[in-house]
Amino acid sequence: MSNPIEQIRGEALQSLESVTDSETLAAWRSQYLGRRGAVGKLFGQIGSLPQAERAAFGQQVNALQAELDAAFNAREELIRSQSMARDLEEGDIDITLPAHPRRRGGLHPSTRTHREFQSIWADMGFHVYQSRDVEEDELNFTLLNLPPHHPARDMQDTFYTSDSRVLLRTHTSPGQIRAMRELGAGGSKPIRVILPGMCYRQEQITARSEIQFTQVEGLAIGRNIRMSDLKGTIAEFAKRMYSPEAKVRFRASYFPFTEPSMEVDVECFLCGGEGCRVCKYTGWLEIAGSGMVHPTVLRNGGYDPSEWSGFAFGMGPERITMLKHGIQDIRYFWSNDLRFLQQF
Amino acid sequence: MLVPISWLKDYVDIDVPVESLAERLTVAGLEVTHIRYIGLPQQEVPGLQMPRSDHLVWDRDKILLGRIVEVKAHPQADRLVLAMVDYGGAELEQCVTGATNLFRYKDQGEINPPIWSAFAMEGATVWDGHSDKAKRMTLKGKELRGIYNKSMVCSEKELGISDEHEGVIVMDHDDSYIAGAPLADALGDVLLDIEFTPNLARCFSMIGVAREVAALLNVELRYPSFDFLAGGEPIAGQVDIDIREPELNPRFTLTLLRDTEVKTSPFWLQHRLKLIGQRPRNNIVDVTNYLTFELGTPLHAFDYDKLVERAGGRPTIITRLPEPGEQLETLDDVLRDLGAETILVADTAGALSLGGVIGGGETEISASTRNVLLEAAAWNNIGIRKTLKEQRVYTEASTRFSRGVHPSQAILGCGRGIELMRQIGGGTVASGVLDHYPRPPETVTIDLPIERVNRLLGMEVALEAAADALRRLEFEVELIGDVIRATAPDHRLDINNDKVVGQADLLEEIARIIGYDKIPNSIMADEMPPQWENTTVIIEERIRDILVGQGLYEVISYRFTSRESEAMLIPAGARSSLPEGDHVQIANPAASERDVLRKTLLINMLESAVNNARYQSSQQLFEVGKVYLGRGDLLPEEPLHLGILLTGPRDEPWWQGADASADMDFYDLKGVIESLFAGLHINDYSVQRGSHSSFHPGRSADLYIGRERIGSFGELHPEVAARFKLTDAKVICGEIQVAPLIQQHQRLHTIAPLPTTPAVLEDIALVVNADLAAGEVEAVIRQAGGRLLKDVRLFDVYTGDQIPPGKKSLAYALTYQDDNRTLTDKNAAKIRKKIIGAARHRLKAELRA
Repeated sequence: MSNPIEQIRGEALQSLESVTDSETLAAWRSQYLGRRGAVGKLFGQIGSLPQAERAAFGQQVNALQAELDAAFNAREELIRSQSMARDLEEGDIDITLPAHPRRRGGLHPSTRTHREFQSIWADMGFHVYQSRDVEEDELNFTLLNLPPHHPARDMQDTFYTSDSRVLLRTHTSPGQIRAMRELGAGGSKPIRVILPGMCYRQEQITARSEIQFTQVEGLAIGRNIRMSDLKGTIAEFAKRMYSPEAKVRFRASYFPFTEPSMEVDVECFLCGGEGCRVCKYTGWLEIAGSGMVHPTVLRNGGYDPSEWSGFAFGMGPERITMLKHGIQDIRYFWSNDLRFLQQF
Repeated sequence: MLVPISWLKDYVDIDVPVESLAERLTVAGLEVTHIRYIGLPQQEVPGLQMPRSDHLVWDRDKILLGRIVEVKAHPQADRLVLAMVDYGGAELEQCVTGATNLFRYKDQGEINPPIWSAFAMEGATVWDGHSDKAKRMTLKGKELRGIYNKSMVCSEKELGISDEHEGVIVMDHDDSYIAGAPLADALGDVLLDIEFTPNLARCFSMIGVAREVAALLNVELRYPSFDFLAGGEPIAGQVDIDIREPELNPRFTLTLLRDTEVKTSPFWLQHRLKLIGQRPRNNIVDVTNYLTFELGTPLHAFDYDKLVERAGGRPTIITRLPEPGEQLETLDDVLRDLGAETILVADTAGALSLGGVIGGGETEISASTRNVLLEAAAWNNIGIRKTLKEQRVYTEASTRFSRGVHPSQAILGCGRGIELMRQIGGGTVASGVLDHYPRPPETVTIDLPIERVNRLLGMEVALEAAADALRRLEFEVELIGDVIRATAPDHRLDINNDKVVGQADLLEEIARIIGYDKIPNSIMADEMPPQWENTTVIIEERIRDILVGQGLYEVISYRFTSRESEAMLIPAGARSSLPEGDHVQIANPAASERDVLRKTLLINMLESAVNNARYQSSQQLFEVGKVYLGRGDLLPEEPLHLGILLTGPRDEPWWQGADASADMDFYDLKGVIESLFAGLHINDYSVQRGSHSSFHPGRSADLYIGRERIGSFGELHPEVAARFKLTDAKVICGEIQVAPLIQQHQRLHTIAPLPTTPAVLEDIALVVNADLAAGEVEAVIRQAGGRLLKDVRLFDVYTGDQIPPGKKSLAYALTYQDDNRTLTDKNAAKIRKKIIGAARHRLKAELRA
């Protein structure tokens, strides 16, 4: 019983039984099925056989090759599945080890709030109009219906420059005059703009007040702008900025450049109007000042106030950011402290 | 201003809870910032939120009005007495008390006229008067030095009226008092703390607030009587008035009370003044203060005899501006230099008081004053504001006059004031009022078509409803067709006589009284203005996004700095590379280190780095913000700049990456800037050797677009770094103008098609002179490689043993690719040969073996 085919078959299958890794398996494959392997050698013997035996021998070698191929594939599959099982079994890592720190970066919180504002107002047709920080007294006060010695000038402590005609704007409102004059085409075109920017007041720096702060002011001028439009527009803003259910309250107030003037309160979004420490148990948070543009201001912007009307409003992004994030100290904003900035 | 409801009710009936009234006032513009309760319970109003008050509520059955019938000595204690109190019970109650203000009645028999006090029965809860903290205590019977005691007469502190605990409350007799009535009905109160905006000057008094309340609640307003009982000689002939500055002093009135007695005021007057935070002094001065708060007309009382003495006869009151060098010692014991703007009340002998602001010491009311000359005047509010600015003295009078008090009110205050003085102190009032009124304000009448109301409010308001709102505020209203003709009442200075402005003034009053909540919400129906895009804003935000995407944090700094701080950026002896232009100087800086506006963002970046270095070794910061450059015009230029700063380890240290924690250097910032330009699709810029004096000259660069230098960046100059103590790690920073970036950025750029052919990758290493700039080598390679050389990446720079001294090896990974066909090895070899040839020829480079 020395059929070489049977002998190789027996040997190969037996040795395959003990193969447990892919390297040995590859070696086995080249030993038996490779170009110079055992099966290959059998094919090589065909030529030296008598003609009559060749066909039968060839068939047997082919069958052997097919059988060994199949055995190889089965073994390969077995090893692969065993190795995967082993990996699943033994490949655990300590997932509690610290992560590889990635650089995240971040926008300043005031920039974030400004972007929110800008996108909401842009949807309502208000474009950004940028105006200067260092401003003439004339534009910051006089043309806004705050002549020299007006009592309302007391409401704003002003930084003046070495030239007494020039100051640091105390609000973004001088931009109203500039926008009207630049975009209004001599009081003949409607306007919808928002004016964001840094403002300055000569105050004691405390947890609640700063010498510089950003403001966003809005201005709409047209032939038929109504107080109901102001209410409706601000209410829409509050819905988008705070919550779809946000309730808004308008209180009479006073700004020299608007009449009638109103403070805008939104239902406290921290307690839902139930009363909490932040809203001082009133259920309301003050979010904006607003009003109908004063006829004198319209005139100073080039419009005839008997034909044109408008509304304006102003908001403080830092205050809103503080409310939203429970920030207790406004001094954080310009401290540039990464421990603060990295929390956004 | 504190407004006691009890006082307000003298003029107006209030038929709603105080809490609702506070809400109505707040919404109408009189902001009630705080409600203080005295003895009365806080009421719940549905739909209204308010802070819980934890004040003492007086038990109506146990805290009562009691009449102190007699005060007896305590048999065993000198410092205690026994107050016999009629509280409506069958017998008098005996209260042991140490109240010093009762000692004067000890063993005097029945007290007549009767005095009243607050009586607390056994079981009543009051504040512990002996405790520094707010501590409640409930009365129970116990022996006090041998005498059983179960009730008490109370001090103001024990009832939560004030902090006063020197003695018990002693009230003057009033026929309406009933022994045993709840004290809450007599002294219980609610105080509204109201803030007034400048337009509400007319409301700055009890009657001013009452007028608003009456209008809002639509009830009647009851004025007190402004008449006085005169019995003396006519005032004319006893004093003269000489107004020399009628613009500043449009009206001056005087009345005279003779033979009066200066003494302490009755309980009701003292109580009201104390409730609103005023200290009672004597009956005359208290009445002047009372009128300041009741009607909003500050009064001033002179000792008439002292004026006569100064004048040596009949005095003349002169109102005028000061003489040069004139001085006056005022009631606050300050000797004041009187500048040119301060209007004075004077007589022929000199200054008497700062008109409308504060009196002088010499002619003030004293205990010996018998004859009182009472001034009620009107002052121009801007004049008073100038005085305040000059003299920096703030009084209740100046607060009101600086906001504006209508001159019509003077005569009312004069009459009411002199009558109260007469009633309290006795005496005879001279007949008539001396009234000089050179500048009565003009009466303002405005025509307001109802159509304009409807158009501006965005709602239909009935003509009659609009007219009614104005009438409630005491406007005289006449209807002419659909036009409301309204005449402003004589207490208002805020209605403008310009037609359109006046209409806005009226519109506001109509809206306020109707209620802003009644105005509907609408969507703007007006023509939409042309829509446009603000490129500056878009690119500014894009810059922020690109930098944040690279792991940088945005900072926003103070725009204030000092010249000294910015000078720290310039090494000794070096010329400044900061932007040209003058600093904007702040005339009234918040602090000396913040007295100019910044010219550079570098100062902010470095100061931020210094602060953060205490907590964080690795920092990547940027700021997009304005700098301020005076260039000869009235207003400075305000260009937008970008500042960037990197320092510390490139990677946060962590357990697998000990070797990755090398510090950031020049090339990190160069990478940030390249990514920024790539993100903005700006290709035409160049990086050249640095010239900025704040940076290390050999490790910095200038950025150019065309021939314009738009910024610089690099390693901080070691001398500057040392000044800021930023020496632990290299500090890499830069400043770039934003305007050129906005100008150069490409909103539209073409996207290359994705290649369908394979690329051939190849590395070459060139050995060149050590001082040859890598940029030149790359430029030569790119030029020689031509169109098919798609990418050149330097991956190694080597100097050392394996190459000759004075040389360096630069190893490049090259990518060849033809978009139209597959490159063969032969094609690639040809390009390579060209590159090597050019490098040999132009750079004297050798191919490294």
